[in-house]
Amino acid sequence: MTENQAEWPLYEVFIRSKRGLNHVHVGSLHAPDAELALRHARDVYTRRNEGVSIWVVPSADITASSPQEKDPLFAPSGDKVYRHPTFYDIPSNVPHM
Amino acid sequence: MQVDEAPLEKAFDATIGAGDRIEPRDWMPEKYRQTLIRQVAQHAHSEIIGMQPEGNWITRAPSLRRKAVLLAKVQDEAGHGLYLYSATETLGVSRDELTRRLIEGKQKYSSIFNYPTLTYADVGSIGWLVDGAAICNQVPLCRTSYGPYGRAMIRICKEESFHQRQGYELLMTMMRGTDEQRAMVQESVNRFWWPALMMFGPPDGDSPNTAQSMEWGIKRHTNDELRQRFVDMSVPQAEALGVTFPDPELQWNEERGSYDFGEPDWDEFWQVVKGNGPCNTQRIAHRKAAYDDGAWVREAALAFAAKARADEND
Amino acid sequence: MNDIHIQQDAEDAHDNAYAGLLSNDAHWAFGTDFEDPLAGVDTTIPDGLDAAELAQYCLMLGDDALVYAHRLSEWTSRAPDLEEDIAIANLALDLVGQARLLLARAAAADSSIVPVLPEGSPVPDEDRLAFFREAGDFRNVRLAETPNGDFAELVTRLLVLSTWRLAIFERLVGHPDAVVSAIAAKGVKELAYHRDFAGRWFVTLAGGTSESRRRLTDAMRAVWPLIPELGEGTDTERTVGVDPAAVALEVGVVLDQVLAVGGMTAPDVPGLARVRGRAGRQGMHSEALSRMLAEMQVVARAHPRGRW
Ligand SMILES: [Fe+2]
Ligand SMILES: [Fe+2]
Repeated sequence: MTENQAEWPLYEVFIRSKRGLNHVHVGSLHAPDAELALRHARDVYTRRNEGVSIWVVPSADITASSPQEKDPLFAPSGDKVYRHPTFYDIPSNVPHM
Repeated sequence: MQVDEAPLEKAFDATIGAGDRIEPRDWMPEKYRQTLIRQVAQHAHSEIIGMQPEGNWITRAPSLRRKAVLLAKVQDEAGHGLYLYSATETLGVSRDELTRRLIEGKQKYSSIFNYPTLTYADVGSIGWLVDGAAICNQVPLCRTSYGPYGRAMIRICKEESFHQRQGYELLMTMMRGTDEQRAMVQESVNRFWWPALMMFGPPDGDSPNTAQSMEWGIKRHTNDELRQRFVDMSVPQAEALGVTFPDPELQWNEERGSYDFGEPDWDEFWQVVKGNGPCNTQRIAHRKAAYDDGAWVREAALAFAAKARADEND
Repeated sequence: MNDIHIQQDAEDAHDNAYAGLLSNDAHWAFGTDFEDPLAGVDTTIPDGLDAAELAQYCLMLGDDALVYAHRLSEWTSRAPDLEEDIAIANLALDLVGQARLLLARAAAADSSIVPVLPEGSPVPDEDRLAFFREAGDFRNVRLAETPNGDFAELVTRLLVLSTWRLAIFERLVGHPDAVVSAIAAKGVKELAYHRDFAGRWFVTLAGGTSESRRRLTDAMRAVWPLIPELGEGTDTERTVGVDPAAVALEVGVVLDQVLAVGGMTAPDVPGLARVRGRAGRQGMHSEALSRMLAEMQVVARAHPRGRW
């Protein structure tokens, strides 16, 4: 798989739909930066419903625990939110990754 | 690095066996991952390509209310594609990569969207029959074994049921209108009935991936089961609407407690699947143009963000 | 057992996260199911307000929204990314909503402006105005009807139009007509969002790549000649609405500010000429409008007794 330089990074979106609730993970989206990620989240996940509180976090900045005791494929294990290759920087000159 | 996968596979099988979900950081067999990517990507592509046939009528919607409904509906489909691409990201394939596979013709999308929309009634037929068939296909997927896919489907199914109601309501309203409008509805239903039946895929005998997908809980019913369910649901709806389906073999079978129906033209189905449908080329060209035309915007936004970060660090 | 409960709870919590979102929002397909756009609103014209003039004013504002919504809606499935596609559809939806309310208000204020259809036609008044008027009867400014360019053109035109419209709507919140005031109050929030979207993207494109900057420069050259028309108010606007000349200064300040942040300078171009003093507000349009209307109106006109 080749990586296109122009793809916007991925953000995870958390929404509190009304007061008294926790923020809940609702999905992810792409944005060039956090400000636009918030705006996108508002458009995509709430269609601009007011009174909704939104958090966006770059997916790459989330540290995740391992659901299984053994996590042999990648070490150190407690890091990325997803374990699959896209989220590990691969130089773009490496063919067919 | 060599890893003994046997215990991992055992844990994976146990999770599936218990009806539990597989989540992004779990170990999974490579074939499971690839099958999921193929299925979810195909689904995501269908949502995005599916914006075009209905989008074709946004600028010609015959009332302001219908214009708003249709705009919002097509917008929902963009959202569906987005949620589903999010699910594939958790499997390690980016949206960008999948979009390129789509426009290079390496991945498929639902063949129904390779049929043209020729009248405004098609907006109604698509909502009723196409979104309706999609619901039959998709409701079971809310319980699919892969967590992110199932969660995306819960949200999508909620919106799809409104889409179906919206389409049916449009047709109902048109049936209360003029003779020309009623004829338009019937003609549209005639065109979309068979392609809608084909949406469930080839007959079970010709569907090589079904067995493994069902074992993994990625798929939960066979193509023919879902097709039958759809026919049984749709016939009374058509009666209530006052339209007929273009199938002389369609009739109630007391013994089976289901409707018998004719065979879709599978030759036509395979032609469309293989890229020779009425709109295959047009749909992909449209998607490619949007992707290519947007490249400079995506690049500019990245460049701007990089400069802003650099300024912050100064 | 326990696991099942926990999973069920998780799913409930998941549903709840959406529950609050899935209500009361016109931006979902199922939230657009409005029937009578002025239901429950007091439509009596207040004393001292000329009903025919008010109707003309509502046509102007309604046509600006309807015609520009058409251009925005043409972007559907063509945006640079899915996120932008959804955002642009939201803009178009807002404007279709505003148009619907304003055209309904225009018809209620002066029924003589509503095109006559065959006896018994169920087509509601706002749709008669939208789909059965000729181009020369449209009162939108020409900037609203210009054919779409690239994304830089969208951003630039949206920035200008939303800045103008917001300034006017902010003043219309205090309008003596309860309907206009209510439409304005709702519109202000929407337009503030539109302006924000446009401003943010304007600055991004200005500071992005040399290509985005070049495209933005071209877009400004295309849009700027149509700006003076926005400020040349009509008697109608001055008597029953907001004189656009009165907001010109404020609009200029906002635009200058956005341009300054982006490091862009306004092109030095003259305003597009009027034709014997007439422009969009007087029904003198570009060639693009009648073509747009031919498309917009084709289905409705084929079925003057149609029910949709
Ligand atoms: Fe969908
Ligand atoms: Fe749908």
